[in-house]
Amino acid sequence: MQRFEFLGRFARNRGALVGACLILVVALMAVFASVFFPTDPLRIVGLPELWPGEDPEFPLGTDSLGRDILSMIVHGARATLLIGLFASAVATIIGVGVGAVAGYFGGWVDEVAMRAAELFQTIPNLIFVLTIVVILGSTLTNIVIAIGIVSWTPIARMTRAEFLSLRDREFVQACRSMGMSDFRIIVSEILPNALPPVIVLSSLVVAGAILFESAVSFLGLGDPNVASWGRLVGDGRQLIRSSWYICAIPGIAIMITVLCLNLVGDGLNDALNPKLRDR
Amino acid sequence: MNGSVLPLEITDLRTTLFTRRGEMKAVDGLSLTVGAGETVALVGESGCGKSLSALSIMRLLPDPPARIVGGQVKLNGRDIVPLAEETMLGIRGKEIGMIFQDPLSSLNPVATVEKQIVEVLMTHTELGRGQARVRAHELLELVGMPDAARRLDAYPHQLSGGMCQRVIIAMAIACSPSVLIADEPTTALDVTVQAQVLALLKKLQADAGMAMIFITHDLGVVAETADRVVVMYAGRKVEEASVDDLFENPLHPYTVGLIGATPTPGAERAERLADIPGMVPPLNALPQGCAFAPRCKRVMDRCLTEKPALMAPGPGRLVACFAAERA
Amino acid sequence: MSLLSLRDVRVQFNTAGGVVRAVNGVSLDLAVGETLGLVGESGCGKSTLGKAIMKLVPVTGGEILVEGVDIAPLDRDQLTDMRRKVQMIFQDPYGSLNPRSTVGRSVAQPLVLAGWKADATAERVETLLRWVGLPSDAKQRYPHEFSGGQRQRIGIARALALSPRLIICDEPVSALDVSVRAQVINLLEDLKSQFGVSYLFISHDLSVVEHIADRVAVMYLGMLFEVGGRDQIWKSPQHPYTRALLAAAPIANPRLARARQRAVLQGELPSPLDPPPGCPFNSRCPMAQDRCRVEKPVLRPVANGAQAACHFV
Repeated sequence: MQRFEFLGRFARNRGALVGACLILVVALMAVFASVFFPTDPLRIVGLPELWPGEDPEFPLGTDSLGRDILSMIVHGARATLLIGLFASAVATIIGVGVGAVAGYFGGWVDEVAMRAAELFQTIPNLIFVLTIVVILGSTLTNIVIAIGIVSWTPIARMTRAEFLSLRDREFVQACRSMGMSDFRIIVSEILPNALPPVIVLSSLVVAGAILFESAVSFLGLGDPNVASWGRLVGDGRQLIRSSWYICAIPGIAIMITVLCLNLVGDGLNDALNPKLRDR
Repeated sequence: MNGSVLPLEITDLRTTLFTRRGEMKAVDGLSLTVGAGETVALVGESGCGKSLSALSIMRLLPDPPARIVGGQVKLNGRDIVPLAEETMLGIRGKEIGMIFQDPLSSLNPVATVEKQIVEVLMTHTELGRGQARVRAHELLELVGMPDAARRLDAYPHQLSGGMCQRVIIAMAIACSPSVLIADEPTTALDVTVQAQVLALLKKLQADAGMAMIFITHDLGVVAETADRVVVMYAGRKVEEASVDDLFENPLHPYTVGLIGATPTPGAERAERLADIPGMVPPLNALPQGCAFAPRCKRVMDRCLTEKPALMAPGPGRLVACFAAERA
Repeated sequence: MSLLSLRDVRVQFNTAGGVVRAVNGVSLDLAVGETLGLVGESGCGKSTLGKAIMKLVPVTGGEILVEGVDIAPLDRDQLTDMRRKVQMIFQDPYGSLNPRSTVGRSVAQPLVLAGWKADATAERVETLLRWVGLPSDAKQRYPHEFSGGQRQRIGIARALALSPRLIICDEPVSALDVSVRAQVINLLEDLKSQFGVSYLFISHDLSVVEHIADRVAVMYLGMLFEVGGRDQIWKSPQHPYTRALLAAAPIANPRLARARQRAVLQGELPSPLDPPPGCPFNSRCPMAQDRCRVEKPVLRPVANGAQAACHFV
């Protein structure tokens, strides 16, 4: 019943609905990549630098080595989305953990946590990500962790603010007066009420993470075994004057996906934000 | 002013809320007159339409969702319902003043008390800034602000709730309006401060001969302040009487219930309070007949299908109830 | 033995503006089966005192004896026994229930924490909901589906779960409409006669307290000014503040209201950060004399058989 209402409110935002549908298409592409294109996307299959439409066998053309761009885009969707989701998950776990503890306990715990958050915010994000990747090595896991580490601060702040406003509510006092432990109050009483705005933020962090990963791959520091969209853009950059489509096509894919994620975030905000709900 | 023109005359006022869940008749045909120097209390529980009535009279409805869909509000003989917003700006604060429930949030937090009162005065009168400041000081003295000269430079957050309400009252009466609407003006205040504010309002009203609409849910406050009482239920007036008649011989079962549900200090202790079962129905799910029928102890078959109209069982009394009609 | 005994209880808060003595030496006894009304204006410390008894705020001094056991020095995990005996009902029916928990889960919480088995808990929740007059399908629903009065009933059901001896009611009807308020007051009285539970009824509404309380304690700026039986307080109030409070309370009877003379108390509650020296009421008291500005009065027996803290009664 509640879930149904939620979907209704979400669907009322047209942009969010379009965004969600496109994201779904990208996700299906990612899941069924090897069904559509069973061969390794990095295999050379045709002439190099075929423009889109030049050869009906390769609708989006081929790159400088003669690899099918459509196949690479479809397979790249998997890597790109996974990186976005996992990086966002890392950021959310760190952010919610730090924010919840800081907001619930307050005092010196809060001081320490917020100073730490500020420290992370003062370091330029991209440089921080690159540094971590260079030091730890260019593997997918390291990139995901690095992006998570630079993206948790807004989530922590949001969670903290929610906890601050919820921790003195009477239902929390009621739980304390019954002798419920702090851990249980945080996890089972306050957290479910604090999550909606955090979920919105997390969906935006997915978009941010995709952009980070693209930047890292574009600079040639991506995982060499993974053909993410960012890497495709990076691979094409030498030919940007002559065969600009090699950069442009994955670039457009990134742009559309990030845009859609932002639309979905907006829709989630409408659907979850109780202030906008009609009574 | 022409003596025969009443300061406030409301005829068949209808305000509807247009929401996703349908149209709700928040104020459904309210008629009401208030004479100079008279206090009419508008009584009812939350959701009965008393506050929306006040906002309709002020033309301050939140639109959307609320809109006046019919009726007249005659202020000193002029119907203000069709007036343009620009014209209303000149009327609000000048001919009709309003006091809200939450004193702190009705003041601008970043302006001093003096600045806010001066602004009202300079908008509606010919006073220059210097004169307006002198007048602001006088007004604060008039509303009994302790240490008035010093409070002129204070910001709202530096004042207590009672003091903020005094500032609001000073602003509301700054231009000597002929009608004052007070929407739960003492609900947020402590008992002793409430007594101060009620005494102040009474005194100001008597001095200036203002017509006052006093909106409250507290029957104690009604008994202390009102001359006449209008009881509202689910957007409609269900009973109107002088304050003495209403408390001594309430006719509508809802009024009877409200009075029974209010403990009276000093009276012999009743075993139980006479409660009204159930709760106020939501406006989008009103019963077909009388809105009070599902909670009424005297309900008859007729009440379930037909809405009772107001009728006059005696001089100065109105009641909308089939059972009261028969008695 | 008293059910609840407070001995010189103190609660201090350190704020940016200085130390607030929210509860400043309160001693009070509550007998078994009694309803004690605690009245005062906002900021007088009545809610803080209620929370101190529940150990929701740190107690900085004094003893809180529940059936003879001092709970003031105990830690949160040593209070299991006390929690079975004392429960609390909160003011805000919209804030006192977790909006994302079903009613059944909220009501079951104290039972689950006390280690009840699942089936016994479910059965008990049904019983509790029936006692407070809610339909049994209420337990699968969420708080927002209920009106203010029904939510307050849910809060009462939760407080009753472990059959407490004492329930601290912190402004339980202040947020409710008149007709619903009467329902909840009647419910509280019914439960009292059915289960013999005692109430500490905290309220600013004198007419409600007069209706429900057996004894009344009047609080002002952290200290008690007068404690006595309901009739003693209402028929012959001794302390000048009690008299002013009763004179200020509106009476729902126009003839009585006109007949009485109202000496309106001037001024407002002083800032708790900077209370006047001596008797905290001396800044507003019509009877104040030099002694009141230096010496703090203590509760002592007075003419009407009650106790009052004033040098001149």
